[in-house]
Amino acid sequence: MIRVVKPGLLTTVQDLGRPGYQQYGIVVGGALDAFAARTANLILGNEDNAAVIEMAQTGPDLTFAEDTLVAWCGADFDAQLGGQPLPRDRAVRVAAGETVSFGFPRSGLRAWLAVAGGVEVPLVLGSRSTYRRAGIGGHQGRPLVAGDELKVGQPSGRAITLLGSLGAAARRAAGWTVRPETLGRQAALGTVRAMRGPEWAWFTREAQQAFFSAEWEATKEADRMGVRLQGPVLALLKPREMISSAVNTGVVQVPAAGQPIVLLPSRQSVGGYPRIAALAAADLGRITQLRPGDRVRFQEITLPVAHELWLARERDISRIRLGLARQAG
Amino acid sequence: MQITPLGDAALVLELGDNIDESTHRRVQTAWRSLAAAPLPGVSELVPAYTTVTVFYDPWLAVQAGAPESGIADWLTGVVRDRLKNPPKMEKARARTVEIPVCYGGDFGPDLGLVAKQAKLAPEEVIKRHAKAAYLVYLIGFAPGFPYLGGLPKELATPRHARPRMVVPPGSVGIAGNQTGIYPLSTPGGWNLIGRTPLRLFQPAEDPPALLRAGDQVKFRAITAEEFARLEAAR
Repeated sequence: MIRVVKPGLLTTVQDLGRPGYQQYGIVVGGALDAFAARTANLILGNEDNAAVIEMAQTGPDLTFAEDTLVAWCGADFDAQLGGQPLPRDRAVRVAAGETVSFGFPRSGLRAWLAVAGGVEVPLVLGSRSTYRRAGIGGHQGRPLVAGDELKVGQPSGRAITLLGSLGAAARRAAGWTVRPETLGRQAALGTVRAMRGPEWAWFTREAQQAFFSAEWEATKEADRMGVRLQGPVLALLKPREMISSAVNTGVVQVPAAGQPIVLLPSRQSVGGYPRIAALAAADLGRITQLRPGDRVRFQEITLPVAHELWLARERDISRIRLGLARQAG
Repeated sequence: MQITPLGDAALVLELGDNIDESTHRRVQTAWRSLAAAPLPGVSELVPAYTTVTVFYDPWLAVQAGAPESGIADWLTGVVRDRLKNPPKMEKARARTVEIPVCYGGDFGPDLGLVAKQAKLAPEEVIKRHAKAAYLVYLIGFAPGFPYLGGLPKELATPRHARPRMVVPPGSVGIAGNQTGIYPLSTPGGWNLIGRTPLRLFQPAEDPPALLRAGDQVKFRAITAEEFARLEAAR
């Protein structure tokens, strides 16, 4: 059992989302940085899709009722356990009754906390992700509030073994960590790779050049659906009516005002704005860390290159999984 | 038919340039053919007015045999093959779904406004709205929200310049030449002419939506008493 002492700004239970229902207008949602959530789970020997706790800007204080292991990935929150720093990207033992507090990130915006066995909330339409607008999934279909109690699932055999050995040695954290460079954190706010979108040819040459050369500033208009960026106005060659069609996470839409919006996992299933570009999924985690005022540039790549990046990331996951299995064995 | 990439995890089949019934039928046929059996690496198919979008995972496509350097081309070939040789399917039978609506009053605060700009009596607006046959082109915007075609032209009414902060679930509205039903309580700018006691979004069911793309919809005018009875019975 996890008890929410302080909820933080926007703390929700998320897994890898609710695919398969977009034809009914239901958003995919899920952890905004799926790779970070998977890594946190991997460290604990959880399933990739186990539910984690997503936090943004101000993290929660959580009390654990039983001895367990936790791991967190994402922005560098000032996380503490019993007055000591709670290291990131590592399996850490938490004793019954102890409280983990996350505070604020020094840079970036969001982090994902996994617990051995996963957060146990009911599956709704195949997912444990909180879908706030529809009021379903997660804990009672809403962000966490003080006093909420979350059940925890059955830890893997590996987690139980590791918890036992850390406890016997009176140690907090496992000796091994996941290399930060594997997590793609080093370029958190730098350059994001992107492909031309379906309506690329609708834009003026100046707009096309500006998209891939300008520095874009993240605005306050940002949530789990998308981030609006500010920079040069991206104009169409001529006004054109677009017929609504499906969109995907990472797609960059440009409404009439000419300022782009990057769509995130809780985006709607269809959209009606011209799509100038689509970000490489491998770089999407960086967008989820942008704070208002942070800057980002886009670098053009081709679809085969984006696929190479995707495959390389999956290989990273496989390597981490193998490496950890050896460590724990 | 064109197939174009949308980012690194989706392909878009383009089946027309206009919102019309013949394009809609092509979309439905393609969607049904693709959905009839699993496609390698494909997680989800989303039909819209003129497109079917195929969501895929490049890693799973490679596990299923796609060459690493040409994943999208390989999957495009798989999709084209499927469309050329669709598996045996049951004949498509359009479902007709009747939606009971209590028009006007508190349930339809904009009925008078729609009537005024159509230069019709409110009763005549109700008659014409309930008499028309509608087609669900797609579900989107909110869970279970249908984009319906078939609104009689004279009932077309521009949306409110200032959207309402709260539109109650079940509200039937008109925006331009579209009519639709709000499944959830949301802000919204449509002209509200009535409300249905049916639930359009039912998360405990699978499928979780009352309507799906391709359905025919008929509205039936009901009294406030019948509304109360149906609402209590659901």
